[in-house]
Amino acid sequence: MSALLSCSGLTRRFGGLTAVNGVTLDFAPGQVHAVIGTNGAGKSTLINMLSGELPASDGRITLAGDDITGWPQARRARAGVGRSYQRTTIFPEFTVFENCRLSAQAAHARPWALWETASACATSGRIAHEALASAGLADLAGRAAGSLSHGGKRQLEIAMCLATEPRVLLLDEPLAGMGSEETDRMLELLARLKPGHAILLVEHDMDAVFRIADRITVMVNGEVIASDAPAAIRSNRDVQVAYLGEH
Amino acid sequence: MARWLPWIAALLLAALPAVLTPYTTDLVVKIVIFAVFALSLELLVGMTGLVSLGHAAFFGLGAYVAVLASPESDPGNLLVLLLAAMAVAALYALFVGALSLRTKGVYFIMVTLAFAQMAYFVFHDTKVGGGSDGIYLNVRPVLGPLDGGNKLHFYYLAVAALVGTYGLLALLRRSRFGHALAGIRVNEQRMRAAGFATYRYKLAAFVLAGALAGLAGCLLAIKDGVVNPELLAWQESGAVLLMIILGGLGHLRGAVIGAAAFALLKELYATPALVGNFLADHWQLTLGLTIIAFVALLPKGLIGLLERRR
Repeated sequence: MSALLSCSGLTRRFGGLTAVNGVTLDFAPGQVHAVIGTNGAGKSTLINMLSGELPASDGRITLAGDDITGWPQARRARAGVGRSYQRTTIFPEFTVFENCRLSAQAAHARPWALWETASACATSGRIAHEALASAGLADLAGRAAGSLSHGGKRQLEIAMCLATEPRVLLLDEPLAGMGSEETDRMLELLARLKPGHAILLVEHDMDAVFRIADRITVMVNGEVIASDAPAAIRSNRDVQVAYLGEH
Repeated sequence: MARWLPWIAALLLAALPAVLTPYTTDLVVKIVIFAVFALSLELLVGMTGLVSLGHAAFFGLGAYVAVLASPESDPGNLLVLLLAAMAVAALYALFVGALSLRTKGVYFIMVTLAFAQMAYFVFHDTKVGGGSDGIYLNVRPVLGPLDGGNKLHFYYLAVAALVGTYGLLALLRRSRFGHALAGIRVNEQRMRAAGFATYRYKLAAFVLAGALAGLAGCLLAIKDGVVNPELLAWQESGAVLLMIILGGLGHLRGAVIGAAAFALLKELYATPALVGNFLADHWQLTLGLTIIAFVALLPKGLIGLLERRR
């Protein structure tokens, strides 16, 4: 399967510290590609560079063949690179539906049309409803987002990402702080999303990673030490020493 | 009920000249003009979350344009002056916004303050606009039968400007542009991740706010017939910020109520017959204390009083 999002030699330096060092990876549609590693391994920095939040110090990023290394984040998002955040970043005062509609409006903005109310935009409303339905939040659409449970907020985080109609999903610890039931629900959601999306999953929950991932990349100190199918990763000596053995 | 309040207020304003004395007409016109100014800042602070401490620059610039673009001894064209004031203020806002919006938080406050003081000293220390004494508008502008020098005509012009500004911002708030600004206020990072070019949105809001402040400044210059550099000074930027905080951030009517409360309190505390000579001479002291009390007791502003009763 050909890659949708690729990076080659991707590097990020903060002063003397090299947080991500020469990472070359491919993300293909229909695949959950997990990136694991200890804290400080460079996983979040990698996501931030792929989504455009941080400029790369070196290396190249391509989306469906286009070089997007120099693109600002908003342009990448409109081109189909969606991301969720480790720390929940919803709009607590808006309703669950409005959170998604606002995200959907990025691609259907018409900001000059002051005479049109935001709620009159049928397209973004439809996309928002679809995103809520696929994230399993359709019943809570009218609730204030801030009143959702922790698990609900994490689901909304994904729904808002879906509302931008992405081709690539960069998910930064979507399972953080979730109970086992919530985790199961989230993994089901990811499995459902898999066919149409290239998914990069950064996650600390190893059981979940091995359940869902089609491919696992292990990072240590900003470098990729292994990138393979889950079974191969599990039996990889270097990985056991560097990471899995510690658990 | 609350929905109709702005309409009722507009009708009351339209009917008010029937009962006003020349002195109170002047006061109401002043409030109306400052309400336009406060609304323009509310677009930045309340709706977009950009706290600017240099908003008077655009207000003062609009006022200077009204005078400098008027012919020496003939009446200028009112519409041309209003549009020119808004255009010049918008241009300066484009310049200031393009640079200052690259910063955030306290840096943004400082950079907007610096650009406003720069404009202040241009008018204060050069002969462009009569230096520190300011400059007079000899003949009030006209537009067909509308005479800027006629108190009643001007009253309705100012009220129309307020209604227009309020209506524009009310539409904007409900539009997709307004929702995007609200999203930027709460979480700009998330808005970028969704695909919004947030810098452009903020710049558009900044330019529009500058243009509306220029409109208010132009009206004030026509009303008073004189402008001076103090209109651009940081005290003026601080006062308009106090107005919207006093009224209640996040509501258009808060800006209008705040402008009215600020002007009325100032009027009250500066009247010797009411507060005595000593306090009237030091009205800043009593006004300051009152505002501190208001902010301490009503953190949501005067608008919070209305909401609490419901």
